[in-house]
Amino acid sequence: MLTPADLDALLLTFKVASLATLFMLLIGTPLAWWLARTHSAFKGFINAIVSLPLVLPPTVLGFYLLVLMGPAGFIGKLTNELGLGTLPFTFPGLVIASVLYSMPFVVQPLQAAFTSIGEQPLEAAATLRASPLDTFFSVVVPLTKPGFLTASILGFTHTVGEFGVVLMIGGNIPDKTRVVSVQIYNHVEALEYSEAHWLAGCLLAFSFTVLFILYTVLKTQPNVQQLK
Amino acid sequence: MPPITARFQLAYNKFSLDVDLQLPSTGITILFGQSGSGKTTLLRCIAGLEQAPIGFLEINGTIWQDSENKVFLPTYQRNLGYVFQEANLFPHLSVEDNLQFGLKRLDKRPNKADLKNLLELLGIEHLLKRKPDRLSGGEKQRVAIARALALNPDILLMDEPLAALDFKRKQEILPFLTRLHQQLEIPVLYVTHSHQEVAQLTDTLVLLEEGKVQASGSLSETLSRLDLPFAQDKEASTVWQATLIAHETDYHLTRVAIAGDTLSLPFIDAQPGTSLRIQIYARDVSIALEKPKATSILNILPAIINDFTHDAYGQCIVQLKIGSQSLLAHITLKSAILLNLQCGMPVYVQIKGTSLLN
Repeated sequence: MLTPADLDALLLTFKVASLATLFMLLIGTPLAWWLARTHSAFKGFINAIVSLPLVLPPTVLGFYLLVLMGPAGFIGKLTNELGLGTLPFTFPGLVIASVLYSMPFVVQPLQAAFTSIGEQPLEAAATLRASPLDTFFSVVVPLTKPGFLTASILGFTHTVGEFGVVLMIGGNIPDKTRVVSVQIYNHVEALEYSEAHWLAGCLLAFSFTVLFILYTVLKTQPNVQQLK
Repeated sequence: MPPITARFQLAYNKFSLDVDLQLPSTGITILFGQSGSGKTTLLRCIAGLEQAPIGFLEINGTIWQDSENKVFLPTYQRNLGYVFQEANLFPHLSVEDNLQFGLKRLDKRPNKADLKNLLELLGIEHLLKRKPDRLSGGEKQRVAIARALALNPDILLMDEPLAALDFKRKQEILPFLTRLHQQLEIPVLYVTHSHQEVAQLTDTLVLLEEGKVQASGSLSETLSRLDLPFAQDKEASTVWQATLIAHETDYHLTRVAIAGDTLSLPFIDAQPGTSLRIQIYARDVSIALEKPKATSILNILPAIINDFTHDAYGQCIVQLKIGSQSLLAHITLKSAILLNLQCGMPVYVQIKGTSLLN
């Protein structure tokens, strides 16, 4: 059975993933829009930066974040100046790291959806008196709903599954940074295989259900790269 | 209303547009040209969908672009209606919501009766609840035209609205366009490369080639100019405005007045006094030096030879004047030489056939 500590870990994971998904949508939407429409020379550069977490080992990403957000790092100094303390080994730190880590899983489906609708509906909206912002909410969002759904699901599930980054910058603090993946690791380390089974089973069922919905009910086709 | 002034200069890799046009403030002006001639680019510049680095555009007394003074009104602030080649309806909205999309964003709603008339005119009242994917190509395009006109625009821009439709659908929409033509009070700029649409709809014709205006003027004048490709075309024709006088029911004919003379046409089901648009193909016109007496051809009119030229294939293209109206005739070069045609010579033209355009 699930222990209270397991339930805490599940709840924490859900909180981190929800918040991270929210921030990823807020940041990723304008970013994906820009990437889908710009002819700027920086497009390739930004695309590469956003996609880095797809290929980097999570420990590498976690290591740099730890250094940057630590007391001697650029971000750490900034947060200290602002009286916020340093971010590693805190819940906010974990959310920020998750946002960076899972961002490509949100940006890529959105970018693909924005590209696929083309110029035509935007031009039609402009000739019908809709300003660009108005057009985005009244035309683009309704037309790219499947893209937003795919982005949210992939962003959320990928955050649920993160491990390396959490270990590097979050550690293993109950109720603060101890997410499900870390809790499973703890169980295995302690040779509590039956507890590990319960938690691992939960995650397996959850992930399968979500992907099943994604592929059958929504009929979206996230590509291999998106799912890595 | 003051006329429309449009000046644009723009250059891409291999294409450049350089136009300076004054267009009338009523009627349909057709922008005609081959693909790549810049007609769609010109229309997009007028809509603001494309920004020419150098440009000046004044419509209905409002300046939409003046690059010298850094004025460029974005498309959504221009009081225009635009009909795209593909109807470009919003797929997530019903026909009614598509129509309301623009209306909702106007400061001042046009009255409901106008909208109802428009729906009736375009024959789409019964489609309001449908989604665009349940409409035929012709229906989609009619909805798109209604959506643009519902906004009560200062100008209607149409980019090859029939090009994506098959022949049958075209025939289905053209009567609606002709009806619009008679009722609309705003200027319409209409891009096409179809001779049929030119003959049927044009008041003013602008001929574009490689981004430059080759000719612009009234339809009959432009069609009969010998220095333009229209006159050389196998389908070359002139279009006349005529008035119905009377019917000859025994012969199933109708008499119409034209350029101070009359023509007999196959029976036309309309009242005397009706204004008609008549197309006469150059290949249906022959020339005689004396008035033919014993001939089966009914329509013989006196004319003056204004100018002529010939092509490399033994065809002579003759431009004639009947009063102030121009007429084109395609005859063989051999006939032209045997008749010793000269400019200013009085002749008789025999018109073998005509077609009615409205």
